[in-house]
Amino acid sequence: MNLVLIATVLIVMAVAYQVGLSRSRAVADGGVRLHSRPGYYGVLVALWCGLPALLLFGVWLLLQDAIVEVLVVQQLPAELAALSEREMQVLMRRVSALASGQGLSGEVQAYEVAAAQQMARLESMGRLAMIAAMAVLAVVGLVTAQRRVSPQLRARNQVERVITALLALSSGVAILTTVGIVLSLVGEALHFFRYISPAEFFFGTVWNPRFSTSGAGQQGEFGLLPLLWGTLMVSAIALLVAIPLGLMTAIYMAEYAPPWLRNVAKPVIEVLAGIPTIVYGFFALIVIGPFLSGLGDMLGIGIRATSALTAGLVMGIMIIPFVSSLSDDIITQVPKSLRDGALGLGATRSEMIRQVVLPAALPGIVGAFLLAASRAIGETMIVVLAAGNNPVLHANPFEAISTITVTIVNQLTGDMDFSSPQSLVAFALGLTLFVITLGLNIIALVVVRKYRQQYE
Amino acid sequence: MTVSVTVPTTMNKRTRTAQATNIKMSARGVKVFYGENEALHGIDLDIMENEVVAFIGPSGCGKSTFLRCLNRMNDTIAGSRVEGQVTLDGNDIYDPSLDVVLLRAQVGIVFQKPNPFPKSIYENIAYGPRLHGLARRRAELDDIVESSLRRAGLWDEVKDRLDQPGTGLSGGQQQRLCIARTIAVSPEVILMDEPCSALDPIATGKIEQLIDELSESYTIVMVTHNMQQAARVAHKTAFFHLGELVEMGDTDDIFTNPQEQRTHDYITGRFG
Amino acid sequence: MTVTNLEIADSRRRQRLNAIQRSLNARHARERRFRLLGLGAVITAMVLVAILFASILIRGVPAFWQATLTLDIYLDPEVIQVDERPVRERGESPAQYRERELAWLSQLGMVNWNALIDEALKDQLPGEIESRQTRDLRALVASGERFALRNRVIEKPELIGQTVTVKMLAGANVDVWLKGNIDRSLPDHQQQLSAQTREWADYLKEQGTIRNAFSTALFINTDSRSSPASAGLAGAFMGSLFMMLIVIALSIPLGVASAIYLEEFAPKNRLTDLIEININNLAAVPSIIFGLLGAAIFVGYLRLPLSAPLVGGLVLTLMTLPTIIIATRSALRSIPPSIRQAALGIGASRVQTVFHHVLPLALPGILTGSILGVAQALGETAPLLLIGMNAFVANVPSSPVDQATALPVQIYLWQGNELRNFFEARTSAAIIVLLGLMLSLNATAIWLRKKFETRW
Repeated sequence: MNLVLIATVLIVMAVAYQVGLSRSRAVADGGVRLHSRPGYYGVLVALWCGLPALLLFGVWLLLQDAIVEVLVVQQLPAELAALSEREMQVLMRRVSALASGQGLSGEVQAYEVAAAQQMARLESMGRLAMIAAMAVLAVVGLVTAQRRVSPQLRARNQVERVITALLALSSGVAILTTVGIVLSLVGEALHFFRYISPAEFFFGTVWNPRFSTSGAGQQGEFGLLPLLWGTLMVSAIALLVAIPLGLMTAIYMAEYAPPWLRNVAKPVIEVLAGIPTIVYGFFALIVIGPFLSGLGDMLGIGIRATSALTAGLVMGIMIIPFVSSLSDDIITQVPKSLRDGALGLGATRSEMIRQVVLPAALPGIVGAFLLAASRAIGETMIVVLAAGNNPVLHANPFEAISTITVTIVNQLTGDMDFSSPQSLVAFALGLTLFVITLGLNIIALVVVRKYRQQYE
Repeated sequence: MTVSVTVPTTMNKRTRTAQATNIKMSARGVKVFYGENEALHGIDLDIMENEVVAFIGPSGCGKSTFLRCLNRMNDTIAGSRVEGQVTLDGNDIYDPSLDVVLLRAQVGIVFQKPNPFPKSIYENIAYGPRLHGLARRRAELDDIVESSLRRAGLWDEVKDRLDQPGTGLSGGQQQRLCIARTIAVSPEVILMDEPCSALDPIATGKIEQLIDELSESYTIVMVTHNMQQAARVAHKTAFFHLGELVEMGDTDDIFTNPQEQRTHDYITGRFG
Repeated sequence: MTVTNLEIADSRRRQRLNAIQRSLNARHARERRFRLLGLGAVITAMVLVAILFASILIRGVPAFWQATLTLDIYLDPEVIQVDERPVRERGESPAQYRERELAWLSQLGMVNWNALIDEALKDQLPGEIESRQTRDLRALVASGERFALRNRVIEKPELIGQTVTVKMLAGANVDVWLKGNIDRSLPDHQQQLSAQTREWADYLKEQGTIRNAFSTALFINTDSRSSPASAGLAGAFMGSLFMMLIVIALSIPLGVASAIYLEEFAPKNRLTDLIEININNLAAVPSIIFGLLGAAIFVGYLRLPLSAPLVGGLVLTLMTLPTIIIATRSALRSIPPSIRQAALGIGASRVQTVFHHVLPLALPGILTGSILGVAQALGETAPLLLIGMNAFVANVPSSPVDQATALPVQIYLWQGNELRNFFEARTSAAIIVLLGLMLSLNATAIWLRKKFETRW
């Protein structure tokens, strides 16, 4: 039904376009020169005709249900006012099922039928009113706009202004996203801090939230430090794997690899970048974990199958393509003249790379490492599957560990009850994570940007 | 047909002190390919010791390509291939057993655009000697840096700020820094690929004077698109056109009495 | 210069060359080591990709073939005692008809379908089978298969009284047993299946009643708790499909529009600088943060349904948006300014220049970036866990507001299943499906890039 309505508006707009077009042509036949091409007059008239109607349609849809519901509730017998919110919801659902003609199975109360009839009446009235209002708006828009068609009217400029405004509006979404993230994290985290003091959270060394059902007396302990430590440990292991491998891969690809190898290896490494993290997590769980624990047995050291090492290692593999493609970009930006300068003095290739190219590219590469670190810190699925979820402060990479991201998942999966510290803590953790990664990202982005400008 | 080119002699190019008879470098039948494309069609020429040779010709004629063959800088371009023979002191430099690193320590190169490393002035000069292990102690290295900068005529301008980045110098200073960097390795031949094309006239004058001074102890091969420059500084001039060496001879002869019609047309400005 | 001077110069020269020569061997050795290191890094990366794919393929591919029984089942009217299928009468409300239909269906639900399957099995097996062995007998067939039989009768009630030949999946443990993935030497109490069932399974396999056949269950069924052998991806696939449609419909227009605005129209000032940093940062914000945003705003504040692809799609849209904006901007930036100047020079407006000349040229780049963004969204797991998409869903969602899960989340759920032996393979098979989808998206993107690559 709504789709039909929208389609109708679109058809009307198409008609309006034709009207504007022929009107502008008629004006032009008088021998005067139009300001814009006739098509723009058509589009302008169509916009005048359709946009207000569509806007009204959207607003109406948002509001109608709520208004109708309020009106119906007012008409219900007085004794029903005592119903709880939940019971009222059930009742309204029954009423709207009746009103929509779907019907109900089983007993139907008389007041329910009455309410349903009223609801159906209100709805159809509302719909009629809306269609009428839309029609009026469309006609008024059409008439005004086509009256305004004249050689002086700057139709193109007006149409373009609408287009530019729409473009600007959509770039606002990205800002809204950030605002939404900040508001939701800060808002819910503040709720959390009403239960647990920030000092207890940020400096606590024990993580033991217990369950939200275990009563008010047992608050649980919400110390961030074990999780932060776990996050840093896993990320450090990941970077120890990814940075040397990624950087050396990038150097080899940029400076040494024969074209055929580059053509094979580059897509293969790009494929690594496209693999979902859940797949890496599974890989860690079934291949790397057992392999490492077997290796540990052979060497006589205890390595758990799910441990900081397993998660870090696989996360490192995941970040290799990220590091290598960023480094590759940065290394290839070092101008050829510098390479030639070093080679011309008799440097070997590796001397040229290590003593001239890498120092010149250093700021950019550091930026790339920071971005990689930010990605490692925020990675979730690999650690959920392979780190073992053991939120305890210890320094043994062969043992299980837990991270901020794992804990967010654990605390917020299942029920969606935003009233206990047990689930609200996820937002405090999220805020911590966001601030850390934001810091890393911004430093990295500024560094990389400066670096790019240097060679532009 | 009368030749009407005036050779500007603002600078008295020094005459070769000893009539050099040693052939320093020579090329026989040198062809260069970029992929399928033949850029040079067989070049034969000899370069004498302590001589300044200028390559002139319209852009795209292959003069820079040939220059880069002389210390195998063409190797760094993917898909390029060199045929024929180039010798340094009679040894074939394209011999597989020859070490490119060693060759480049003997035949240095200065590029069109000044390309100081993003390091301090001192480090820029010290880079080559360090690379090749030419200085055993810090004091020796200091000496090399100072003497190279002096020979490049840059010492007085930078002696108080040796620890500052080389990229902070002016264009002309940067180019002299690059020349000093090349001299610091004490090569036998210095190749210069249009060393003044990115510089203003005053800086150009300084470089030209420097080339003249350096010709006392080095063999210098330079590419230039500026005929006056060739006339001012070169003992010999070679004219390249469309990948061929059209004519080579004493600079004065080339400019006053060219043997080939194409040379004549070029230096009188018929094309270029 | 005298002859002696020349000689001195010559001997100096020789000394110098000797000095260089002495260190050359060590320098070339360093060069070779460095080069090997680079090659080693590339090979390591490629080997890791190979191991990852090999381990997933080796485990996953066999799971597409499942032990399948071919049985002749007599649909005994004695056992299937049901009424005629109800027909909707005039004047009946949909709810009333639905009630009668449900009553009929529940009659069918009461039928002891297992008894029919038992009879068919007994025909195949040697010897007399006592009723106390029924348990062992039923372990042979996947328990969900009786519903498949029921659905067949629902579709064609006239089959009652006839004998039908049916292909039925064997139970998950039977499948694992016959594939040899269970150690046959384990003592009875460690085996999942009773000795009798194992013996029968081997016998039926020998007789050819059980064959290892390509199974479509993985593609056409939804997840199942009671009958792991018939658990499939259909529900998750539809969930992912709905989400991707939402992502495509929202993030591409919004992303391209805001990129056009920022790159072509926005004034260069501190505000746009801020937007730029904001977008770059958003691209590097951990995905789980977007999950928190979705949980707090879409579910908590806007009261959108939990576990719905609508919410998942919105969250993934916000996550993909920055990727698409960045890709589009770089595609626009790679169009040389000369094209804009040419269009502006002949009197086109800026809007016309962008839409008629710049955008068409940037289209391949935009498309490539968008495909990569959508592929990334397809593989995302963590944010979906926070908006309840990890719920067990037994139905194929039919609209974006139904409960649903997604392919990567299904993988997450399956890898955690207690029936490790069976689900390790099942999960790998699901990963193969997901990777197949993602890699074909990635390959399309790479192909597009190669095909339309232009150097200006």
